[in-house]
Amino acid sequence: MEARILKPEEYFINEEPYYQPVGDEIEVFEAAYRNQLPVLLKGPTGCGKTRFMEHMAWRLKRPLITVSCHDDLTASDLVGRFLIKGGETVWLDGPLAAAVRAGAICYLDEVVEARKDTTVVIHPLADDRRVLPMEKIGELLEANADFCLAISYNPGYQSVLKDLKQSTRQRFIALEFDYPDAGLEQKIIENEAEVAPEMAHRLVKFAHMTRNLKGSGLDEGASTRLLVHAAKLIHDGVDPVVACRAAIAQALTDDADMLTAVNELSASLF
Amino acid sequence: MAPLTQLTADQIQPLLDDWFEVEFTFRNTGVLAAALAQMSAGEQAFVLDWTRRIASTHVEISFQFVEQSTRALSLMDERMIEAWVLQAMDIYDRSGLYPGLKVIREIDLFVRQGRERASGCVFEEEAGVLLPFVQGLSGRKLKVEQGDHTFTDSEVIFLPAVMAHLPDKQDNFKLYKAAVAHLWAQARFGTFRVDLEQYIAAHPTPDLALRCFHALESARLDACIARELPGLHREMALLREKLGDADVPDGWTSVTAGLTRREATAADALRLVDKVIGSRLPATSCYQGRLKPAEVTAVLEKRLQREQAQLRVTLKLIEDELKEWREDEEAPPGKFEVDKKPDMSVPEGFQIELLLDGKSIPIPDDVQDTMTSILQDLGDIPDEYLVPAGAGEYELKDYEEKRLDPEDVWGGTYHEEGAFLYHEWDFRRKHYRKDWCVVRELPAKPSHDGFADRVVIKYRRLLGSLRKTFEAMRDEDRLLKRQIYGDGVDIDAFVEAWADVHVGLEMSDRLFTRMHRDERNIAVMFMVDMSGSTKGWVNEAEREALVLMAESLETLGDSYAIYGFTGSSRKRCEIYRIKTFDEPYDDEVKARISGIEAGDYTRMGAAIRHLSHLLREVEARTKLLITLSDGKPEDYPDQYRGEYGVEDTRQALYEAHRDGIHAFCITIDEEGQDYLPHMYGAANYAVVKDVEKLPLKVSDIYKRITS
Ligand SMILES: Nc1ncnc2c1ncn2[C@@H]1O[C@H](COP(=O)(O)OP(=O)(O)OP(=O)(O)O)[C@@H](O)[C@H]1O
Ligand SMILES: [Mg+2]
Repeated sequence: MEARILKPEEYFINEEPYYQPVGDEIEVFEAAYRNQLPVLLKGPTGCGKTRFMEHMAWRLKRPLITVSCHDDLTASDLVGRFLIKGGETVWLDGPLAAAVRAGAICYLDEVVEARKDTTVVIHPLADDRRVLPMEKIGELLEANADFCLAISYNPGYQSVLKDLKQSTRQRFIALEFDYPDAGLEQKIIENEAEVAPEMAHRLVKFAHMTRNLKGSGLDEGASTRLLVHAAKLIHDGVDPVVACRAAIAQALTDDADMLTAVNELSASLF
Repeated sequence: MAPLTQLTADQIQPLLDDWFEVEFTFRNTGVLAAALAQMSAGEQAFVLDWTRRIASTHVEISFQFVEQSTRALSLMDERMIEAWVLQAMDIYDRSGLYPGLKVIREIDLFVRQGRERASGCVFEEEAGVLLPFVQGLSGRKLKVEQGDHTFTDSEVIFLPAVMAHLPDKQDNFKLYKAAVAHLWAQARFGTFRVDLEQYIAAHPTPDLALRCFHALESARLDACIARELPGLHREMALLREKLGDADVPDGWTSVTAGLTRREATAADALRLVDKVIGSRLPATSCYQGRLKPAEVTAVLEKRLQREQAQLRVTLKLIEDELKEWREDEEAPPGKFEVDKKPDMSVPEGFQIELLLDGKSIPIPDDVQDTMTSILQDLGDIPDEYLVPAGAGEYELKDYEEKRLDPEDVWGGTYHEEGAFLYHEWDFRRKHYRKDWCVVRELPAKPSHDGFADRVVIKYRRLLGSLRKTFEAMRDEDRLLKRQIYGDGVDIDAFVEAWADVHVGLEMSDRLFTRMHRDERNIAVMFMVDMSGSTKGWVNEAEREALVLMAESLETLGDSYAIYGFTGSSRKRCEIYRIKTFDEPYDDEVKARISGIEAGDYTRMGAAIRHLSHLLREVEARTKLLITLSDGKPEDYPDQYRGEYGVEDTRQALYEAHRDGIHAFCITIDEEGQDYLPHMYGAANYAVVKDVEKLPLKVSDIYKRITS
């Protein structure tokens, strides 16, 4: 991995990201932010969590630093490390430390994927101490008053082994996300991919068909993200059945029978 | 390859004598040999090969096969003859000798069906697609099953075993799909909301009335499908044309015009029955099947009661849960209501919201399914459904289908409920016997006798060192040196680099140390031989070894499971749960290990298939299946003895391997036979002379697999 130089001021979002509120999530987030409480976004993949964070960063006029967690991510990837420059060692802040210093919003996506030692640095930041221990340089970094920590977590497909620990989850204000109801989801698709309402409507219907199959052959139904992808292909002139196959069915399963069934379902709609 | 030479009758007869066990059966093989001698060399080879393979299953079938072989060759090509023979053997497996022989005798019937099958679709092959197809559609989740007629009872869609109305296979599949959609539409769009049974019973010409209603309803449902699934509707119209059913009698369209409106109901169709009775009806397409009002009524009555009970019991649970949050325990319980939000995108025209004291509460998934189903039957959720059940009012058990207990299979009549069916490989046929083995998972009998504690004391020294061995394999942070980036400075590298710079060399950028953690992510399944031959010291050794293993593995924190296997025939393969992956190693598990006793025979293939199936369900990067056995093949009764069992086991191991499972076998008896290395491969097999060595062996396997 190449180390990157982070300049938090580059992470301001200047144009309003389109976000369609589904409930009172915007108000709750704002209240949490005012009270310096960390936030946990729960919900299935592709239901608008990342988009919501971008929107909130824009609303609150704070830079947004997003870290996608993976199973090689360690605490020092978040906090920082030494580099050598011109024969001297130089300390380089990791994304979390940079956010803490600059008063940015730090969004740790899929936090349970990270190695367990990351919780050690998240915990003191997520309670009223609001400090980041920087072991390597023996410092304790106190968070800027504007700093905000948000993490996301998909309870659906994680195995028991990777469940979020109670001691972690009980530090956060939880916002539950789910796929929006049919009308809103249709509106999102129309907006994101510029397709006609009728087309968006059918795509939502198709999504519901796949969601009906969750647990009986599919691990997950089609997410809003996949619908947007299919709609973009359709907008570009691809036949709807082909678009659904490429953008949605193939993403959902590799099982031959299941694929056939899902493709038959989309073919029956268009 | 040497060219085949034609054999003479004298050369053929001894072969037949041998395969047909003429010594004991006194069959006359002379005539057969003479007939075979007339065939070409290639035909002879083909027929003789199959004769031998069939004889390994049943001599009589093979004998009759040879009798028919000359005719068979004149009627069918070799591929089709193979299909014929395999079908006969499959049917023999499933239903016995007589039905099996019938297939061989009725060769003409097979030829006729064979033609159909070539372009037709077979239900068994398409069910894997049809089921998810119908379950993806909205509303109550229907099942699909093979039946004698095409119809639905409002919970199950019955379809014919073969669909062969059209000459093209693809079209026949579409016919299945059309049937599924049409029958789904009956359930979804309220065909059964009218009391058809009563209406028909009261009608002077019941059969005719039913036919008229069916035709009218089909027109209404067609319009529903056109609105809901336009793509499928187009396809169905094309199918009708291909079937020659597309034309409708004059005036039909205007009679049914009202039924194609969105608001039209089954009651509207019923009202039209007397108007069309006596006039010509459009043809019933094969996919439209038939209506069976009595079947529907029976299923519906049960369902209404069951779902009312389910809903009311769940509401009671919700109420109880909320009570715990309320301060005032005496306050009267809240009132449940449903609110309808208009939504024209669903057939009902509204979505349902559950309210408690006027406040919307989230609906759990299972409640949602029940409510959807009730809505589909009644068009509404009646008030009496929304009263939480009183204490003890319902015994939900009474409403569920009677579940048979896998444990008392042999108690009453034999059943396969709660059992797992697995294929078995028949190496002589070079084919699987379908759903051949019946595997049951049973709880192990615990024996709380302090056995595990005694083992720990007996081997305490050994355990000490074992723990160390295993600890050394724990997830360890390893310090990587000379890294491009890292958490610390690698002083050695730095000094070197510094020196390099001073003598004018380029400075290396590998100056850091970094902690790296290798997370082992393993799931191990121990499969313990509980067959009769392990009785005595081998059984004792297995149990001791398991305790030592468990104690050692606990230090690693890896997930592991222990299952025992035994059984007495293909219909009775037993798997005992000693420790599942989720269970902790506690007193109960220790008692179950102690309770392991020698049972009957073994069918290793079935056990491997079942335990691989369980392994497939766990999430782990590396999966191990370790068999503990005494390696004695004599156990195997009947046909599983000898090569057959060995080859099936090999095949089962191969299937496991394909799924990324590493299989190993450890035998405890030195006298283990040489067939085990043949099955597992020499590298994956070990003989362990004494129990103490066993955990070490496992740690070896671990190291090999993870490094
Ligand atoms: N409420 C919403 N408003 C606007 N767009 C949305 C909304 N929900 C989903 N989308 C669309 O869905 C896409 C995927 O959403 P996003 O990337 O935020 O998902 P996510 O919840 O972060 O998923 P993951 O858990 O996989 O990271 C967005 O790019 C956007 O097009
Ligand atoms: Mg995201």
